[in-house]
Amino acid sequence: MNFWSKVLTIAWKDALSEIRTREIIFSVLVFTLLVIVIFNFAFSANQQMIELVAPGILWVTFAFAGVLSLNRSFIMEKEQACLDGLMMCPVSREVIYVGKMLASLLFMLVIEAIALPGFAFLFNLAVLSPQLIAITVSTTIGFVAVGTLFSALAVNTKAREMVLPILFFPITVPIIISAVQASKLALAGEPWTKLSPWLQIIGTFDIIFLAVSFLVFAFIIEE
Amino acid sequence: MVADNGRPTSSLPSWAIEVQGLTKSFGHQLALTGTDLTVRPGEAIVIFGPNGAGKTTLIKVLATIMKPSAGSVKIDGLNLKDNAEEIRCRLGVVSHQTFLYSNLTAYENLEFYSRMYNVPTRTQRIREVVDMVGMISRLYDRVGTLSRGMQQRLSIARSLIHKPSIMLLDEPETGLDQQATAMLWEALKSEGKEKRTILLTTHNLERGLEVGERLLILAQGKITYDKPKQGLDLSELKEAYQHYTRVKA
Repeated sequence: MNFWSKVLTIAWKDALSEIRTREIIFSVLVFTLLVIVIFNFAFSANQQMIELVAPGILWVTFAFAGVLSLNRSFIMEKEQACLDGLMMCPVSREVIYVGKMLASLLFMLVIEAIALPGFAFLFNLAVLSPQLIAITVSTTIGFVAVGTLFSALAVNTKAREMVLPILFFPITVPIIISAVQASKLALAGEPWTKLSPWLQIIGTFDIIFLAVSFLVFAFIIEE
Repeated sequence: MVADNGRPTSSLPSWAIEVQGLTKSFGHQLALTGTDLTVRPGEAIVIFGPNGAGKTTLIKVLATIMKPSAGSVKIDGLNLKDNAEEIRCRLGVVSHQTFLYSNLTAYENLEFYSRMYNVPTRTQRIREVVDMVGMISRLYDRVGTLSRGMQQRLSIARSLIHKPSIMLLDEPETGLDQQATAMLWEALKSEGKEKRTILLTTHNLERGLEVGERLLILAQGKITYDKPKQGLDLSELKEAYQHYTRVKA
């Protein structure tokens, strides 16, 4: 109970800060919509081609958006050494990890909830299906699980904007491939049973990286 | 018998801070090299040292932000390695950095920290500490709009929110004018009947001599000088500082 109340306090603090500045959601949303528009112009000729490349476009866009959003998550904590202030609070390091992860998850889901209808409109695709929503939520959990950990690692380096993508993309390759393949099937109107192998991979990735990140976060943040 | 903060006082430890053979290295660079230090409950000690002596590293290790490379640290008799969360409840830390979120108001910052420290009657306590540092009129202003000195006062209010028994102060007077400094020392020293243990690190010999009961010099990661204030004047202290640090005071 105490664990979750502290987790929610950290997430509440991040959300309040974001409501004030709109630093993450607004800028990342603009970036996401611009990328979708650029891809839309690049592949506007042929609907068949669009259906083929749309899942890839969607997940490349969300992956880049995720990196931008996650980079900001710990940079905010570096200002006036707020991360030190957070680390001096009588909570375990895991509370900090889950709190920061929850806030990032919330921001990413808000961005995706706004970007997906835009994507559906521009590419003339039925992306608002329960299957695609399930794929988006489960893949985003994997993104933020890994991204929060690497963001904490990158924030103490000089080239932090470069370090996060270099660490993040190789690790998330399996989940991006699975999300693209599952989305392709979902867009083609295939049933849940056809999607389930890819969803299982995404689910397994989420569990493994949530557990690993939870366990190693304390070592990363203290050294 | 129970103390103000609800903890038993029947078995008070003999040392508020007990450090033995503390070493902290960053790669090949040694910041602390087998430092020993003991501080009695309620004692105010001042650690002087030039830049790079290891003062901030010592504070960060005591504040449980950094893990020591070797050696042992006990706070109120509790081993830092096994009781970090319990120890954090007893520590208040003020540094030249405020640990405050500039996008949030003074109240929201203090509310955040009071929730993290499980402070009962939060609203009342926030008003108490803000009143102590003379900031009540700016309670609902965003921290980013406050002057450096006001932010530092608020940082002191933040450090006191959970009624810590031990204060770790790393150059806490940054940005404060003389009047604010005097007022803040009163707030830091005690609250109610309980006298706080204070560990202050500073370059300022005059100020340290004024507030400290015991004066220490940290040079090249080691305590090289440790004397009570009684009978010591500024010129002697300056001489000792120059001798041990090879830096002109």
